[in-house]
Amino acid sequence: MALPNYASPAERIWHWSYLLICALIFIFLIAPILVIIPLSFNAEPYFTFTEKMRSFDPDGYSMRWYDSLLTFGMQAPDGPRNAGWWADAWANAKWINAAKNSLIIGFFSTILATFLGTLAALGLSRPEMPFRRAIMAILISPMIVPLIITATGMFFFYSNPCSVLGWVGLPTNCGRLAGTYLGVILAHATLGIPFVIITVTATLVGFDQSLNRAAASLGANPRTTFFRVTMPLILPGVISGALFAFVTSFDEVVAVLFIAGPDQQTIPRQMWNGIREQISPAILAVATILVIFSIALLATVELLRRRSERLRGVTPH
Amino acid sequence: MGGGFVVFEHVQKSYDGQTLVVKDLNLDIGKGEFLTMLGPSGSGKTTCLMMLAGFEQATHGEIRLDGQNINDVPPHKRGIGMVFQNYALFPHMTVGENLSFPLEVRGMTKAERETRIKRALDMVQMGAFINRRPAQLSGGQQQRIALARALVFDPKLVLMDEPLGALDKQLREHMQFEIKALHERLGITVVYVTHDQGEALTMSDRIAVFNDGRIQQLASPSALYEQPENSFVASFIGENNALPGTLEKLDGNSAIIRLHNGEAIDATAVNVRQVGQDTTVSIRPERVEFKPELMPAGAHTVEAEVMDVVYMGDILRTRLKVAGSEDFVMKCRNTIGQTRLSPGQKIRIGWHPQDARALDPV
Repeated sequence: MALPNYASPAERIWHWSYLLICALIFIFLIAPILVIIPLSFNAEPYFTFTEKMRSFDPDGYSMRWYDSLLTFGMQAPDGPRNAGWWADAWANAKWINAAKNSLIIGFFSTILATFLGTLAALGLSRPEMPFRRAIMAILISPMIVPLIITATGMFFFYSNPCSVLGWVGLPTNCGRLAGTYLGVILAHATLGIPFVIITVTATLVGFDQSLNRAAASLGANPRTTFFRVTMPLILPGVISGALFAFVTSFDEVVAVLFIAGPDQQTIPRQMWNGIREQISPAILAVATILVIFSIALLATVELLRRRSERLRGVTPH
Repeated sequence: MGGGFVVFEHVQKSYDGQTLVVKDLNLDIGKGEFLTMLGPSGSGKTTCLMMLAGFEQATHGEIRLDGQNINDVPPHKRGIGMVFQNYALFPHMTVGENLSFPLEVRGMTKAERETRIKRALDMVQMGAFINRRPAQLSGGQQQRIALARALVFDPKLVLMDEPLGALDKQLREHMQFEIKALHERLGITVVYVTHDQGEALTMSDRIAVFNDGRIQQLASPSALYEQPENSFVASFIGENNALPGTLEKLDGNSAIIRLHNGEAIDATAVNVRQVGQDTTVSIRPERVEFKPELMPAGAHTVEAEVMDVVYMGDILRTRLKVAGSEDFVMKCRNTIGQTRLSPGQKIRIGWHPQDARALDPV
């Protein structure tokens, strides 16, 4: 980025203002995330920097909101912190239950979305597949259609998924998906599939189809070819897609509000409730934990992906 | 040659159901033969190779391998080794794993795999590279590995689809030599596709020249070069002088051709039969002589004007104006005492009648 010696004064001014603009945009993007981190250590129940915080007085800071994440919802929050207390927290603390739900739903919806999305991308990348663009557009639509519309549709469909059978004269009552774990997992998988399709399709664009032919000429049947040649080479794309699908599920609130029952309280839904019911910096403590969790997740997966690319002789780019 | 090891019988191929990319192909390849399919791009040669490998289906006709119809045999059951233009090595596997792949899918034991991998790598002098990945190898090295991988499972037939296309000239010539040597040592049957005629001439037992979905001529390299059967083959293989004219006199195969400027030349009639028919006479540049003592007695000669002489080291490439056309080329060997011609000089050129072949008009 160094300027060449022949740069004119105008070019120099532009060069430095360009860097300044870049820095400002960067701050604009990152500030809302960074500002919550000190605020989450606030000793007072406010969303602002208190006088003590600004003067870096240790009394202005505390861990009380992190502690409240454990105690909120417990039956005996004030008891001594022994094994019984921790068991109580594990079983009853609302944030811990929300985290458990988010992880369970995220895990299964990611598995489902990755599996289905990879299959779809493989099919859609074959040149002989008819109506590729139309099918691709339909599969990607959950990403483009406003979420509230998708969620409303899901709500009606999941309330009685068999209602469509009425058109062909079959019984229309076979239980409901709304208010069940399966319903939320299916909804989140639907939202995650487009990300998997896009990342895997992008990987397949760079995939040399003659490798499949080479494998066939060497005597490998299509199944062996897929597991030994295609799959290892598109794995980085699959991992990226899975990460996006997981994050989509993990921070999704609209579909959860529509579809989930009281048992499927996820972290975003708990935050939503927290904001509506009692405003406290506990939300900020959760947000800070989530930021750190997201960074750690992203870094881990990226490291894994690079490692797998390096092992596969593909230079990371 | 022949012998029916690989047989194409009335094979046609159409991708869209209307235009035929391959029109009525008949070809008989013998065991142990090195056959090259040569032709410009779009001539159908690669399509033929893909049909033989099983990646394309013949629209009509039959393909037999070792007496067995393979039209409905999937590629992975044909047991044909293949070398691809872009090598198609598996980038996520080491050289050893690449070579092990065809042996593993055949269920060989570890000991047997190791013996075979070592033998195949030694064959291409790449034994030291067994633990490298393809990305760590140069183009020539990758091509050797691709070759070793196509041979490691002892296929009956090896197909090569422009395997040397991506290499530089020197390496290409070296690899041509190595492939040829391997072919002779192992006695395998090779079907080789290329658009490089030099490659085809140096390596093949027989060459099938493709154009417009048909085999134009199937012959040994020398026959193809010295006795082309039509104008396409004459102009596609090697450098060629084409003189248009009319058949004036025919006696057996010896013909007199009247050029458009009124001069008469001797030629051998190949595919012209009627006096008065239009024809193109094809003469190789190195068979053109300008010294009367090197021409056969009583041969017709043609007046020529030297346009320029290009010094190419071993030969002097002399461009002449003959019968109104300025791109007639004569190649003179650069021997001691060779007459140096200079631009503007008027000479008379001639040739042996069997070197001038009266072919179909262009």
